Amino acid sequence: MSTIEFFLAGTLSAATIFLLAALGELVAEKSGVLNLGVEGMMAVSAAVGFVVTFESGSHLLGFAVAGAAGVLVSLVFAVISISFLANQVASGLAVGIFGLGLSALIGRDYESRTIAATEGIAIPFLSELPLLGPILFQQNIVVYLTFALALCIGLTFKYTRLGLAIRSTGENPHAAQALGFPVFLIRYCAVAFGGLLAGFAGAYASTIYTPLWADGMIAGRGWIAVALVVFGTWKTGRIAFGAILFGMVSLGELIAQSMGARIPSQLLSSLPYIVTIVVLAMISTNTARMRLHAPFSLGETFDGVGPR
Amino acid sequence: MQFKLDRRVHYSKRMLIATPVIAIALAVLVSSVLLVLLQKPVLLTFHSFFIAPFENFYSITEIFLKFGPLLLIAQALAVGFRAKVWNIGAEGQMIIGAITASAVPVYLVDSTSALLLPAMLILGALGGMGWAAIAAYLKTRFNANEILVTLMLSSIALQILYYLLLGPWKDPMGFNFPQTVMFQDEALFPALFEGVRLNTSIFIPIIFTIGIWLFMEKHFGGFKLVVGGLAPNAATYAGFSSKKAVWSSLLLAGFAAGIAGMSEIAGPIGQLQRSVTSGYGYSAIIVAYLGALNPIGIIFAAFFLAVLQIGGDVALVSADLPISAVHVFQGLLLIFYLATYTFVNYRLRIIRPLTHSNTKPTP
Repeated sequence: MSTIEFFLAGTLSAATIFLLAALGELVAEKSGVLNLGVEGMMAVSAAVGFVVTFESGSHLLGFAVAGAAGVLVSLVFAVISISFLANQVASGLAVGIFGLGLSALIGRDYESRTIAATEGIAIPFLSELPLLGPILFQQNIVVYLTFALALCIGLTFKYTRLGLAIRSTGENPHAAQALGFPVFLIRYCAVAFGGLLAGFAGAYASTIYTPLWADGMIAGRGWIAVALVVFGTWKTGRIAFGAILFGMVSLGELIAQSMGARIPSQLLSSLPYIVTIVVLAMISTNTARMRLHAPFSLGETFDGVGPR
Repeated sequence: MQFKLDRRVHYSKRMLIATPVIAIALAVLVSSVLLVLLQKPVLLTFHSFFIAPFENFYSITEIFLKFGPLLLIAQALAVGFRAKVWNIGAEGQMIIGAITASAVPVYLVDSTSALLLPAMLILGALGGMGWAAIAAYLKTRFNANEILVTLMLSSIALQILYYLLLGPWKDPMGFNFPQTVMFQDEALFPALFEGVRLNTSIFIPIIFTIGIWLFMEKHFGGFKLVVGGLAPNAATYAGFSSKKAVWSSLLLAGFAAGIAGMSEIAGPIGQLQRSVTSGYGYSAIIVAYLGALNPIGIIFAAFFLAVLQIGGDVALVSADLPISAVHVFQGLLLIFYLATYTFVNYRLRIIRPLTHSNTKPTP
C-alpha cells in the first residue's frame, strides 16, 4: 500500500468515529433535543468497549456492551432534560463531566494496554482495483455499516412516517402532540439512539481505530461531532462529507510528519479545533439558512402543556 | 398511577434553598453504591472528603487556596449563564491569562521591581479577555455557536501552552522538564501566614464577588444582561442589545479567568507548567450552577467544591481512591442538582387512575 493510499484509507477510518457520533446527535437534535454529552458518552463507551474486548477477546461483545453503556448514559441525560425539564445545555454538560470521570474510573487498570488490531474486510474483486481498491474496499466492516447507516437515516427522515414523527417533534412539539405523536417517547428514543451510536463511536475509537485505552483519548472528537451536525445543516449527506473532511484533518499530523515538514506538532494537533472554529463561523454566518434548517424547537424544554 | 409536573405560579424559595442539600445527599448516596462496587471503604472516603480537610490549619488554608479561583471564575460565568451566554471555555481563558502574565517574569528574569506583580495582573486579565473576545467576535459577527468555539479555543490554548513549555519558554536548567524558570519573589503574591501557600490573591475573588453582587442585584445592567439572553427579540425592542450581553459576559469571564490563571502562576505554582489550571475552568461551571447562578449561593458552592478538591487529595492517600472518582462525584452533583431544581418551578402531582371503588354511585 503506498503512502497516499494509506492516508486516504486512514481518513475513512477516522471519519467513521466522527460520522457515527454525529449521526446519533443528528437524530436527537432532529427530535428537538440538544445533547451536549456526546464527548462523555463516547468516553464511557470507549472505556467499557476496551475493557470488554480486552477481557473477552470479542470485538462484537465489546461493541454490544459499549453501545449499551452509551444508551445508559444518554438515558441519564434524557431523564433530567426531558422528564425533569432541566435546561438541555446544562444537562448535557453535567452528563459530559460525569462521563469523562466515569471513563477514567473504568479504564484505570487498563491504562496504555493494547489489544490486537483487527483486519479489514477485503471485498472480492473491488478491493483489487488500483488505488480505489485499498482506499475504499479493504476497510473494517464498521466503516461500511456506518456509511450505509448514514444513507438509511437520510432516507428515513425524507420518506418515512417515523422520520416525519421525529421531525415534527423537533419542529413543534405542541403541534406534534396535538397530532397524536407521543412526543416524550419519541424524544427518549431519539436520545437513546444517539447514545447507542455515540457508544459505537467510542468503541470504534478504542478497539479498532487505535486499539488501546488512554485516559482522555476521545480528545474532543465528541464535540467535533456536535459541530459537524451544524456544519451539515442537519442533512446526512453533508454531515458525511464533513466527517470525511475532519477525518483528513485529524490525520494532518501524520501526513505532515511523513513529508518531513518542520511545523510544530502542537500547531498540527490544534488543526482540527481551528478548522472547526473557521468552518463554524463560515456556515453560521448565513443566519437565514441556519434558521431554515435547524429544528425549530431545538434546545427548548417541553413540559407537555401549551406554549407560554 | 401517573406523575405530572404542574408549573407553580411563583417559584418556591424553600425548594431553592433545599435543592443543593438534596442534590448533595443524592450524590453521596449514589457514590456510596459506586464505592461499594469498587470495593472501596465508603465511610472512610466520605470522612476524607468532608471532615479531614478541616482537621488542621494548613489544610484549611489549602481549602481557601482552591476556593479563590473557583469563586472568581464561577461568579463571572454565572453572569453569562444568566444571560444565556454559554461560555464553557474558562479553562482556556485561564491558560492564556497564565501565559500572558508569565511573559513578564520569563523575559525579565532579573527584575526585582515592585511593578512586576501589577504588570502581571494586568497582562493576565488582558490575556483572558483577549481569548474570550475571539468567541465574542465570532458570535456577534458570524453567529458562531459560543459553546463550541469557547471549547475549541480551550483545546488550542492548551496546545499553545505545551508549545511554549517545550520550546521557547523552557527552563534551560530544568532537566528538560516542560516548565519555565521558577519566578522571583517579587513576581509572587506574599503568603498570608508563615509556611502556607494561601496568599494575598484571595482578596481579589472576594472583592470581585462584592462587585458582581452589587452589579446584579442593585444595578440596572444586571437586568439588561438577563433580558438580552432570555428574550433577544424583546430585548432588542426595549433598546437593549443582545450583542452587548455576549460581549460583556465573555469579557467579564475572560477577565476573571485570566486573573485566576495569573494568581496560580504568581501563587502556589510559582512558574508556568502544564497543569496550571487544575481544571478550575470546568469545575467553576458546576460551582456556578450549584450556587443557583446567585452571587451569594456561589460563595457556598465554591467553598463546598474547594473542600471536595482537598478531600479528594486526602482520599487519594487514605482510601486509595483515584482522582477521577472526585470528577464522577462532581458530575453526579450537577446531574442531581438539575433534576431537583425542577421542583423550584414545578409541583409534582400524582394522578391516581379512577378505580371501581371511588366511581361507585352514591345511593
